[in-house]
Amino acid sequence: MNTPVAEETNRSKAASATGTTGATRWLPALVVWGLLLTAPFWLPLVGGYTSLGSRVLIFGLVTMGLNLLLGFTGGLSFGHAAYFGLGAYGTGLMLKFITASTPLAMLGGMLLGGLGATLFGPLTVRRRGIYFAMITIAVGQMFYFVAVRWNSLTGGEDGLTGFSRTNIHLGGWVIDLHQPLVFYYFTLLFFAIGCVIVWCVLNSPLGHTFIAIRENRRRIRFLGVTTGVYIWIAFAISGFLAALAGSLYALLNNFTSPQDLNWVLSGDFVIICVLGGMRTFWGPLVGSVIYVVAQDYLSSITVNWMSFIGAIFVAAVLFFPWGLLGFFQQQMRK
Amino acid sequence: MELLLFNIFNGLIIGLFYALMALGLSLILGLNGIINFSHGAFLALGGYLAYSLTPTIGFWGALLVSPFLVGIIGLVVEHLLIRPLYERDPLYSLLLTFGLAMIMQDLVRTFWGATGLPFSVPAALSHPLSDVYFFVTGYRVFVVVLSLTATAALFALLQLTRVGVRIRAGNADLETVSALGINIYRLRAINFGVGILFAGLAGVLAAGRLGLTPTMGASLIMPSFVAIIVGGVGSLLGSLVGGIIIGVAAGLVTTYYPAASDVVIYLIMALVLIVRPRGLLGQEGLLE
Repeated sequence: MNTPVAEETNRSKAASATGTTGATRWLPALVVWGLLLTAPFWLPLVGGYTSLGSRVLIFGLVTMGLNLLLGFTGGLSFGHAAYFGLGAYGTGLMLKFITASTPLAMLGGMLLGGLGATLFGPLTVRRRGIYFAMITIAVGQMFYFVAVRWNSLTGGEDGLTGFSRTNIHLGGWVIDLHQPLVFYYFTLLFFAIGCVIVWCVLNSPLGHTFIAIRENRRRIRFLGVTTGVYIWIAFAISGFLAALAGSLYALLNNFTSPQDLNWVLSGDFVIICVLGGMRTFWGPLVGSVIYVVAQDYLSSITVNWMSFIGAIFVAAVLFFPWGLLGFFQQQMRK
Repeated sequence: MELLLFNIFNGLIIGLFYALMALGLSLILGLNGIINFSHGAFLALGGYLAYSLTPTIGFWGALLVSPFLVGIIGLVVEHLLIRPLYERDPLYSLLLTFGLAMIMQDLVRTFWGATGLPFSVPAALSHPLSDVYFFVTGYRVFVVVLSLTATAALFALLQLTRVGVRIRAGNADLETVSALGINIYRLRAINFGVGILFAGLAGVLAAGRLGLTPTMGASLIMPSFVAIIVGGVGSLLGSLVGGIIIGVAAGLVTTYYPAASDVVIYLIMALVLIVRPRGLLGQEGLLE
């Protein structure tokens, strides 16, 4: 797992961790943004549709945040659906009961999920490895049962309905979020903000500390760094991003279900990171494309789509552990 | 009062299912070092196999055969899929068993159908033992006795037999055990098989109490994780105690505030994690 980076400086270490070095550094970013900005125009040509693009972006946003913890800090969180779902429920409930303003509702959802992660993070950071994973699952599942049982507020098993996204009025301008195309670019804006945040964190001393903790936690501890606090910070940042994504997801569907909080979705998030490549910056986005498209396609052609998704898990683990981008990276190094 | 006793007794039964499952999970977590997400799917498989075997060999035969069949399937799975992952990051075995759980649940649904099936226990066991406490049926008492017997057998295996000693030693320091010339691959396979056997047993018992649905395992696995965390990771006795505690607590809460019965076990867990992060009987310093 440990890559020999002893002689490299911190700066190039971060660069190699984010998948780029030297002159090619900006090329992947240019390609990705070019594709994302033009997606609504070429998606129909390849059999997709605009809302599918929005879903890819939302899953990309949450997994990019998760990857900060999972791929770069080495914290095996299996409970991020909880914060995603809290963001979704927070937004839905705000729109339904408190305000008709979409931005305010998003802020509410993001705070609910983000603060949830910040508050419950400390319960998990004392353990590491598989026990960290197990505790994050169980803590996350608590929110699932609250959502299922608190029928009068959340709609229980049937999910939360009765809210819909509203247009945003900016001075004289009206942003018509009801149009899928406009909503796609709205989502893309927040995806971009998420990317910038993750990028800045990874290229800061904070991000270098995260990577150092992943590489050798004990050694970092010997240097006098309280590793738990840093894992907590990574947990909180990724929780806020997950909540933001969840909030967008609620707006996309005008609906929130307890499944958005369930540990099965947490597992999906983790496999997305692995499919794309956990050690790479764009891996989660690539994983989201693969996963969302595969799920959309498989569930339309077979009732046994769960077996196929499960097979993707097994195959990815056994034959493709470094993910698509990790695989390319290794090929390029050779 | 009767309602309270009824719910506590019910909670005890459910808690024992959690405990049986948590014991298996704990065994596998300890020596194999993996969180077995597919444990619930193996449990369901145990129940369904017993359902299909009962017409041929009767309830008692199925109770005996089904767990061993599931254990053997577990051995095959361990050999083919899990063995290649021991030297790798725990993330991968987690994801693999997660995918495996999906596949198994889907296969169970395909073979036996998505709707629930009834699993009838012998008439001799289904009568209430007392007129006043109608809920104390023979079957429930049987579940308690059998669960405790199986647990005692497991502890005897670990304490008294050579394999058991090796498993415990392996939990403490697998490298040293390997250096002493013990085939740790076989040891881990045996350990995995025993853990899955417990899942199968819990499956047959749970089928008689809760009926059969393809998702029965998925709904039991989360509380089993909680049982392990509450009882303390690395302690089998802790898993047993943890399972019973959360089962009874959920039963108690059902009497007064049914809507919170699912949530209360997570609150107990959160409390334990705050006050005593390593769990009630957990080892100090284990993966902290």
